[in-house]
Amino acid sequence: MAELRTETMTVNMGPQHPSTHGVLRLVLELDGEVIQSVMPTIGYLHTGIEKTAEQKKWQQVIPLVERMDYLAAQSNSLAYALSVEKLLGLTMPQRVNDIRVLIAELQRLASHLIWLGTHAMEIGAVSMLFYAIRERELLLNINELIAGFRFFPSYIRIGGLREDLPRGFHETVNEFLDRFPTKMDEFERLLTKNDIFRRRTEGVGVVTLENAYQWGLLGPIARGAGSDYDVRKYFPYCGYETYDFVVPTATEGDVYARYRVRIAEMRQSINICRQAIKRISPTGVWACDDTRVVPPPKDKVYTEMEALIQHFLIYSQGFTVPAGDCYVPIEGPRGEHGCYIVSDGSNRPWRVKMRAPSFMAIQAIPSIVQGGLIADLVAVIGSSDVVMGDCDR
Amino acid sequence: MADTHEHGLDPELPFITTKLEWLIQWARRSAIWPAQFGLACCAIEMMAMAASRYDIARFGAEVFRGSPRQSDLMIVAGRLSRKMAPAMRRVYDQMPDPKWVISMGACASVGGVFDNYAIVQGVDQVVPVDVFVPGCPPRPEALIYGIVQLQQKINKSRA
Repeated sequence: MAELRTETMTVNMGPQHPSTHGVLRLVLELDGEVIQSVMPTIGYLHTGIEKTAEQKKWQQVIPLVERMDYLAAQSNSLAYALSVEKLLGLTMPQRVNDIRVLIAELQRLASHLIWLGTHAMEIGAVSMLFYAIRERELLLNINELIAGFRFFPSYIRIGGLREDLPRGFHETVNEFLDRFPTKMDEFERLLTKNDIFRRRTEGVGVVTLENAYQWGLLGPIARGAGSDYDVRKYFPYCGYETYDFVVPTATEGDVYARYRVRIAEMRQSINICRQAIKRISPTGVWACDDTRVVPPPKDKVYTEMEALIQHFLIYSQGFTVPAGDCYVPIEGPRGEHGCYIVSDGSNRPWRVKMRAPSFMAIQAIPSIVQGGLIADLVAVIGSSDVVMGDCDR
Repeated sequence: MADTHEHGLDPELPFITTKLEWLIQWARRSAIWPAQFGLACCAIEMMAMAASRYDIARFGAEVFRGSPRQSDLMIVAGRLSRKMAPAMRRVYDQMPDPKWVISMGACASVGGVFDNYAIVQGVDQVVPVDVFVPGCPPRPEALIYGIVQLQQKINKSRA
């Protein structure tokens, strides 16, 4: 009998694939079911957002950055607004900071709910997607309340917020915060001790802390491997140092550890939201008082010449930002979400660069899944929580 | 079932009479199977349309297929980059006839805010589009309206 010939098989996964979270393309080299190597190909969603931002005025960039990481829209706009405000030297009133914290944490919940639904669905718990999206719709209702838009409210602006909170905001948020913990218990009853889920996730896709740092992985992936790095604790912004919360960590570094970290993070987010909503008064100041950036109130525009001119200038030419560059990181749902901006002193940005956590997560996928089974690849992609809009921009 | 006045459904008789063309188009429009073709932000609203609150199953279009060979409808949900355009055309070519395309959102329809080097300024440059749904992203209700429009279009067209 002739010698049995064996060879590896090359499989192309994506860019159109139900469980690659968008248009990620992976070229797999398989030996049976064991993965020999993975080659990610990115750029299928490259949108040129950073380049387009250079043609827009400073304030007009807010809707653009919200469309980068579309699951965490308001984390993007918060990072961008904080960077520009640092260059302008603005400080925000306490109420604006509290509202921003509340919105950022609600956004983290919304993003983690999509992660939970899709990750569990890809492992086989299809009904989780429906439960998670049901709760997410309530968060989108809050977005709709504050800005009339479900998805990209553009509510956080340079210099503060778009307008004051609407009537009924506190009731809606409190109603959600009262309801959501019981739903979290429901989710955990379905998954945390579920034997099938644990067998699919425990010991799968292990990342050591050293590897995580070498690949630039921060956020829930690194915290699942034992790191305690959280921008909210290490470099507080928007007054996070005054909030009482803990940073959940785990040490195993596998898919299940990342699941537990994110679930615990959601509970902490509820905790922060409760503290924030108590501090926010129903009406009050919603922007800083810098006349360079924030247009004067309408009654002054109608009665005072200078106010009218200022209003006209802000909406026609926009404002200028002093020349210089700065980087402000925030803790997004996927990790450190930073915005690096360069200004040449004009009314348009010279460069807007986002530090995209998904980009780091995708470049680490080959080292995580090598030698594992092909079925585990889907679990690893799901637990990395990659968003291609964030990666490709 | 068939319209009783027009097509003479008689409960006494064990058969119905109708035009074959009407019957075929009735079957086609009542069970549209969309391909899972999510590109960007709009894909999340497409998921929301399929999930709990909006429940597209009410309109018979809930069976999202992973393979284009099993689907009738491609919902182009999101911005189409130049790098992705050949892949999308290939997915479209793999779908069996008859097939329809919904262009979801401003980016897919006209390029949206991204008038730049990277984005195809309207997917109708790559595939024929039946229904354009405006919005950035469109609400799930808007997409459902688009699917209902497509059903009416199928109803009016020849088999």
